[in-house]
Amino acid sequence: MIQYHKGTVIPPDPSATLSGRGILSKVPEHGSDACCPRPPAGPTGQTLSARKSYRDQSFVGEVSSAVGPVPRLSIRLTLRDRWGGLKVRLGLKRNQYAVDPGLYAVGQPDRQAPVLVTANYKLSLDALRSELSGLDAWILVLDTNGVNVWCAAGKGTFATDELVHRLTTTHLDQIVSHRRLVLPQLGASGVAGHAIRQRTGFRVIWGPVRASDLKAFLKNPKNPSPTMRRISFTLRERMILIPMEISAALKPGAWATGAVIIIALIVGMLGKGTLPSVVGLMMLGAAAGGLGIIGGTVLAPILLPWLPGKAFAVKGASIGLAAAGLGHLILYPPMAAGLGVALALLTVATSSFLAMNFTGATPFTSPSGVEKEMRRAIPAQVMTMGIGTIGWLVAVWTG
Amino acid sequence: MREMTYLPGVRTLTYDASRCNGCRTCTLVCPQSVFTMEGRQARVHNRDRCMECGACARNCEQQALTVQPGVGCAAYVIQTWIKGKDAACCGDIGCC
Repeated sequence: MIQYHKGTVIPPDPSATLSGRGILSKVPEHGSDACCPRPPAGPTGQTLSARKSYRDQSFVGEVSSAVGPVPRLSIRLTLRDRWGGLKVRLGLKRNQYAVDPGLYAVGQPDRQAPVLVTANYKLSLDALRSELSGLDAWILVLDTNGVNVWCAAGKGTFATDELVHRLTTTHLDQIVSHRRLVLPQLGASGVAGHAIRQRTGFRVIWGPVRASDLKAFLKNPKNPSPTMRRISFTLRERMILIPMEISAALKPGAWATGAVIIIALIVGMLGKGTLPSVVGLMMLGAAAGGLGIIGGTVLAPILLPWLPGKAFAVKGASIGLAAAGLGHLILYPPMAAGLGVALALLTVATSSFLAMNFTGATPFTSPSGVEKEMRRAIPAQVMTMGIGTIGWLVAVWTG
Repeated sequence: MREMTYLPGVRTLTYDASRCNGCRTCTLVCPQSVFTMEGRQARVHNRDRCMECGACARNCEQQALTVQPGVGCAAYVIQTWIKGKDAACCGDIGCC
């Protein structure tokens, strides 16, 4: 079993090198704390070395360096890499997709080769290495508990202390003759470039936001194009987040469905409702909620730039209203006006709340703005949801 | 592509121009192009694009910039209301 732990380079097992692949170790149980890691407490070395083991990153051979062999990463993603990436995009085992931190190589780096720094979220490392064809570089992977660069920087794990610690344990100063580190720009909220220089002598060069711009950046690091510096949120970038949004909405959605069934049965039995009428109203309630989920997690992300308002709750409510209208046009049977309005309110409230949660996935919302939006939106959402629920229950009661 | 901006007038970003030494670092680290250089001095060009990530403040050696950094995520804010700032986690909701 090969394990690259804590940045020390251990010569790989010859049998594994022959097969050209690393070995998948037991996937560690991180639990949900991997989502929001706390900054390592106390002396970095101690906390980090006391921590769990990670999934081994597969490699292709090794590169020799002044301090021993360094595992070399392929720049091609395997089927398993792609499958793993697909699963985390769907929200499955997203908190356990971490690789061992430490030093890796791509191509045949020498003492002059650039050093690229990234996080130990496997999706991040895969995104990086797959953009490096034809490049010889060292890749320094920091321990961020398997969280991507940006979030880890915000939460204090892609941080100055961890970078200093990782530089020490990998003996990078002996491996390269220069003193430059290329960091992803989105790591800047966690790493202070000037502090790295003072503490280690290495100079931090802020690379582009996206790994796909790295090769162009390295050719001309003095004059990166403004688009390399600017975070984007294109249709494609928004759509790739949709499965995760749906996945996150499913669990509360299942609870809500259960509650709807139980409440409808009780209210229906107490009131004048017949079983078919109660079941029919259950399905209408579920459909209204379902339309809200589609509005808030699918349509709102897609249509984000074009939906009215700045607040996501407003955007979600407006697309929810459209979804409710569409429901009445093509999905629902004819019904009393009161019930129709109640179903629409349920859809609008659900969509508004879920769209508001999408703030966390976007690169342009600010915490003070989100808090301001929520202080106004949540009472309105609760009220809308409450009125909608009462209207629906009245229909269940009267049958 | 339409530019997406968020609620205006709420950013906690402050900038003390008298401390700026013109190193340009803020223009390099800001992912929203909030800063521009005006001669040898940085200028807050578009405050309402700021997402309060804190990259500029952390990397300003002159401490000319401050911002209350945080996560612009509703699920996270709800957690801070319920559990307090230290125990907050994004949990099942799709951020971080």
